[in-house]
Order: sequence, then structure tokens, then C-alpha cells
Amino acid sequence: MMGFIWFWLVAVMIVGYVVLDGFDLGVGVLHLFLVRDEAERRASLKSIGPVWDGNEVWLLAGGGTLYFAFPLLYASAFSGFYLPLMIVLWLLIARGVSLELRNHLDMGVWRTLLDGLFGIASALLAIFFGAALANVIRGVPLQADGYFFLPLWTNWKPGMNPGILDWYTVIGGLVALVALTLHGALWLSIKVSGDLEQRARRIVRPLWMMLIALTVVSLGATIGVRPETLENYYRYPFTFVVPVGVIASLIGIWMWNRNGAPVKAFLASSAYLFFMLAGACWGLYPTLLPSSSRSGFDITLSHALSGPHTLAVGLVWWLFGMALAIGYVAFVYSRFRGKADAEAKGH
Amino acid sequence: MTAELIHRLHFAFTVTFHYLFPQLTMGLALLIVVLKSVALRTGSAQWDHAAHFWGRIFGINFVFGVVTGIPMEFQFGTNWAQFARVSGGVIGQPLAMEGVFSFFLESAFLGLFLYGGSRLSKRMHWFSAFMVWLGSWISGFFIIVTDAWMQHPVAYNVINGHYEVASFWGLLLNPWGLLQYMHNMTGAVVTGCFVMAAVGAYYLLEGRDRDFARIFLKVGVTVGVIACIAIIFPTGDLHGKYMARHQPAAIAAMEGLFKTETGAGIVLMGQPNEETGQIDNPLVVNDVLSFLIYGTTKAEVTGLDRIPHDQWPTALPLLYYSYHIMAGLGTWFALLMIVSAFLLWRGKLYGARWALWALLLSFPLPYIANTAGWMTAELGRQPWLIYGLMRTSEGFSKTVSASNGLFTLMGFMGLYTLLGLLFTVLVYREIEHGPEAKGATVEAAHTAG
Repeated sequence: MMGFIWFWLVAVMIVGYVVLDGFDLGVGVLHLFLVRDEAERRASLKSIGPVWDGNEVWLLAGGGTLYFAFPLLYASAFSGFYLPLMIVLWLLIARGVSLELRNHLDMGVWRTLLDGLFGIASALLAIFFGAALANVIRGVPLQADGYFFLPLWTNWKPGMNPGILDWYTVIGGLVALVALTLHGALWLSIKVSGDLEQRARRIVRPLWMMLIALTVVSLGATIGVRPETLENYYRYPFTFVVPVGVIASLIGIWMWNRNGAPVKAFLASSAYLFFMLAGACWGLYPTLLPSSSRSGFDITLSHALSGPHTLAVGLVWWLFGMALAIGYVAFVYSRFRGKADAEAKGH
Repeated sequence: MTAELIHRLHFAFTVTFHYLFPQLTMGLALLIVVLKSVALRTGSAQWDHAAHFWGRIFGINFVFGVVTGIPMEFQFGTNWAQFARVSGGVIGQPLAMEGVFSFFLESAFLGLFLYGGSRLSKRMHWFSAFMVWLGSWISGFFIIVTDAWMQHPVAYNVINGHYEVASFWGLLLNPWGLLQYMHNMTGAVVTGCFVMAAVGAYYLLEGRDRDFARIFLKVGVTVGVIACIAIIFPTGDLHGKYMARHQPAAIAAMEGLFKTETGAGIVLMGQPNEETGQIDNPLVVNDVLSFLIYGTTKAEVTGLDRIPHDQWPTALPLLYYSYHIMAGLGTWFALLMIVSAFLLWRGKLYGARWALWALLLSFPLPYIANTAGWMTAELGRQPWLIYGLMRTSEGFSKTVSASNGLFTLMGFMGLYTLLGLLFTVLVYREIEHGPEAKGATVEAAHTAG
């Protein structure tokens, strides 16, 4: 029971991070080609400026929650995925620095450099995060002691001897890149005005079509690479509502963007991310990290879970703390609601 | 180089660089609340302006703290997996609580404080500053709880070779943690005060922004003199006494006490010689160490001779020097701040150029002292990772080779060198532009159309 609860609480933190920081990353990607002049750059940065740091906190709070609820998974996964994780850390540093400090030096060269850094770091982060999830689904060469180590690539094939990157995880990276760019475009269509808003609304169409194709391919590939993914669904057929949810949210994105309801379109995109991630989690449960060598050394819920007293204690402060956190987050978003590039006075 | 050493350097380097920023964040947050409180109470636009000038510097500093802090949370898993695997049930909690309780709080209200502009009332502005201070001090608390458990494990059970928390409040109220927290936060306030006073001194020496300079000196020196005394008595004294009782090897090593002694003297200066088991060129004051630790000069202080050699801190001279640098600088801080506070009280500080020079030149020293203090704590705990329970040599990630660790260590060193240069340039610019700079940087970018 505790295992079930904590599995889904950690999943909630991951979903929260992807839905929130996901649009920050998407705006970053769009910076590379959609955003044209200085005024538009300032507008798009202003749309995420007050909220990006709080969005990123979900990653940290989620990581900490993973550490205390599933310490074996935390230790095994973080040391096994060492090199890509370090690269992700450097990318997070680059993204944060380039976003916050862009306007601190009044030099065109400085701004161009940091805009480029911001865009590239955001794109790479989206790809790495997508590939990371795909790695977890595909499995890793776990040893009897619960540890593993993956090189960045081996033969680009998932199978007995995988690397971080193979054709399956690259697909995962691409799904994430397109999904988050779309998510960012929908955010921009709420928060900016003028030409940029129009361009953001128009780019939804090609992104959406790419996303449908990639979604279908990735779901097919997942079942091919890990057929066990469907077991939980067959055992509890009502959970097929999840793929239905994926389809419904894709339709919602298209429909509401076309009809000029940007907030609903953005929420539909959030729902897409939620259903995709929840679906992946449900496909894994109760395995946390499968073994690619099919050796039976999977890290499962029962292996990795902390003791019952620890988890009971954690539940109390976690629920209280997250309720407070959601309160702050809602407060901040509501204070900054409306178009970001409207005339606002400083002090 | 062994994998263990690389992983130790990896964590030590990244955390040392990281902590340069939170110490200013936590110290300055308090001072900004002071400035905002005076502004709200007196209606002074100038004090309010002063608060927002420091808010710009705070904002830059905060970003660097955030980006260098993320690697720390991940590093327990990446580089210290064997430790993380067994300790998650205990220290995973305060680390997660830091994220859940303080990071959300800080980031939400910092966004409001820096970018809220005219969307917020005066009271809301003050409240935002207050919540940022609260968030940052809560953050510090949870990190200290984590380290304190490693230094002095309490409130735990061992179940299937894992550590699990036995008492939530026992963990949070670990006596080591409470003493360490008071001492550490006071140290952060020292940093904040010296930085603020130094900028005030700089402006006066340059003959510019005199009104603001006087505000900065007034606040920096008034809070500073309290902090610089408190860092010694009672926080340093109590923490040291507790350490002596629970980590005798650490105290003996940091004081350079090779031989157990009744009426042990305190070594003010000298180089510990591990081969001969003596201090070279010693400057010793007799009886003081016994008195400081036990309250009587007749007490016996345990020396390293009574401690099995495999339980000696592994980097003994470095530990000794770290402690002596921290204590020596702490003495200088107290002297300088007491003198400055006296001059301020007599209305003579603003004209005393020699005092202003001393304040200006001293601003890097609290950074060195805080770093030296943390080195004392962490080196003193060696050879233990969890004191008395797990050795450092047992805790690092088995599957991450020395070569991979060195690769990423070098990556961080390069990246952090760049970040350090960038930070210096940006903060210098803010100070140069001064409090009167119109619509400077951050606010212009985020509020202008």
C-alpha cells in the first residue's frame, strides 16, 4: 500500500516537473527559430521569467523524494546513468544562467550568445529527459548487487548490451523535444501578443502533426522493446482510459488552438504529458528499473522501498509541504497572469 | 588517484564553490528584511531604494546558488551511491524537505520581490522579502540536519542493513544540528554584513552615494558586531564543546593535541608534524584548551595518542590549518566590528578612513572563514562518512570509475571557473552603477515592454 502510494507520489512530482518546466524548455527551443527580434525575445523571456525557477524546483523536490522513498533506485540509477546525468546538470546550469543573466550586460554579442545557449541547452535537456525515460522503460544491465553502469552508446540497439543512446531512446528524446516545444508554443500563445502570438499559434500545426507520428511510433516501439508494458493494462482494462486520454488531449490541443482558446489548448497539452507519463509508469509498475539482460535483477518496488515508519513520517510532512507549495505556486501564477508583454511599471 | 579520492574531491569542490553563494544569500536576506522594515516603518524612500539595490545583487547571487546547488542533491546518488542506498531513509527526508518546503517558498517570493513591481503593495513587498529570508534559512536548516546526522547519528534504526528514521523530531532536533545551525547561520550573517559594510566603505572612500553608503555601514556594522561576537560566544564555544565530547579525535587533530594532557594549552600558531607527533614553531597558551572545553584548567583533554590510528582524521594538517584559519579570521572580525561599532556609536566611523579601508579590504575574509569552518567540520569527521557507522571508503559509487569521476570533476572545475568570473563581473557592475542607476538590468528586462 505504502509502496503504491509513494510510487504515484514520485510520479506526480515527475509529471509536475515536466508539465511546468516543460513549457520553460519549450520556450527555450522556440527561441532558436520562432522568436525574431529583441522585443519578442524580451517578451518570451518575460513570460517565463518569474516562474521558471519555481518550476525547476519540482525536479529537486522530486529527486529528494525519490532519494528518501526509494534509496536503492536513487543510488543505482544516478550512479548508473552517471555521464548523462552530469551532462544534464551542466545543461541545467547553462539554461539557468543564460535565462537569468541575459539582460545584465548591455551588449548585443552577450545577448546573442546567451540566447543561443538558452535555446540549445533547453533543446538538449528535452532530448535527454525523453531519452532518460526511454532508458528506464527499456531497462539497464543491472547486476546482482543492484548497480549498473551504462556507456553513452554501444551499438545503438536496445537489447542485451545497450548504451544510453540507441534507436529506441533517441525516439524517446525526439518525442519529448517535439512535445515540449509544442507545450511552449501553447504557453506563448497565452502570454505574448502581436506577431509572436500569431506565429506561436501557427507553429502548433506542424508540431502537432510531428507529435502524433512520434507518439504512434514510440508507443509501438515501446511494446516491441518491452512487451510486458501492456500486462497491467490487460489485467485492469479500465486503465486503457490512459491511451484514450492521450488521443483526447491531442484532439483537444488541435481544436482549442484553432478556436482561439489558448488556455484550454495549453491544459490539453498538459493532459497529454500527464497521460503519456502516467501511462509509462503504469506500464512499469511495480518494476522501477527493469533489467535489460532479463536476468531477474530488476529493481522492483519491494526491493527499493524505504521502511514503513520512514514512509509514514514522510507522508505527513510531504502532504503538508506540497499543499503549501501548490498554494505559493498558484499565488505567483495568479499575480503574473495575463499577457507578459503588456506595459507594466517597475518601482 | 583512487576512485575514493576523486569522489571526495568531486563533492568537496562542488559544495565549496556552491556554498560561496548561499552564505551571502542567507546573510543578505536578513539584511534586506532589516532595510525593508525600516523603510516600511519610516516611509523612507531611500531605505526602500537601498533594499532594492541589494535585491539586484541578491538576485544575481541567488541564481548562482541555485545552479550550483542542483548538482549537490544529485551527487549523493551519482558519486556516493553506496552511502545513498543505506542512508536515504534518514537523510533523504531533510533533503526532500528542503525542496518541498524552502525552495518553493524562496523561488515564489523572490520572483515577486524582484519582478512584482507595481503589482504589489508596500506590505506585500516587505512580506516577499521576509518570505525569501525565511525560505533561505529553512533551506540552511535542512542541510544542517543532514550533515548533523552524518556527524552525530541519532534517531535511527538499522533494518536489513539500511538506516531508517526512528523519530522524525529526534532527527530534526539533533543537538549537534541545533548547535551547528546557530553557528553556521551566524557565519552567513557575518558574510552578509561584511559585504554590505564593504560596499558602504567603498562608496565613502570614493566620495559617491554618501547617503546610501551611510545606510549600508549602519546596517552592516550594527548587525555585524552582534554576529561577529555571537560566532565566537556562544555559538562557536558551544559547538566546540559538543564536538569535544562527541568527536574527541576531531578536536585533538584540529587543536594539534598529539598527546593527552591535563591543563592542555591552546596552540595559537605552529605547524603540526605528523612524523614527530609535535607542533613545530609553536605559540601555545597554557591551560586554555582545558578551560575552553571543560570549564576548568585541571581537566584532561584526550590527545591523538589515546585514539587508534585508523580513527585519526585522514588529512590532519589540512584539518588543523582550516580550523586555525577560521578561528584566526573570526578573531579579526570581532576586533574590527567592535572597533567599527564603537566609532559608529560615536559618530566617527564615516570619517575614519583607516576603518573604512579595513572594512573594504576585509570583505573576502568571511568567505574564507566560512569555507575553512566547513572544511573543519567535514575533515574532522573523517575517516567516517557516518560517524562511527560507515567509513568514507565504503560510501562512494562502485560503478563510477576514477576516470569518469575525474572527467566530470574537470568539467565542473572549468564550468565553475567561468561562472566565478561571470559572477564577479556582474556584481561589480551593479556596485559600480550604484543604487541610483535608473531602471537597471533585472527590473528593466522583466517589467519594461
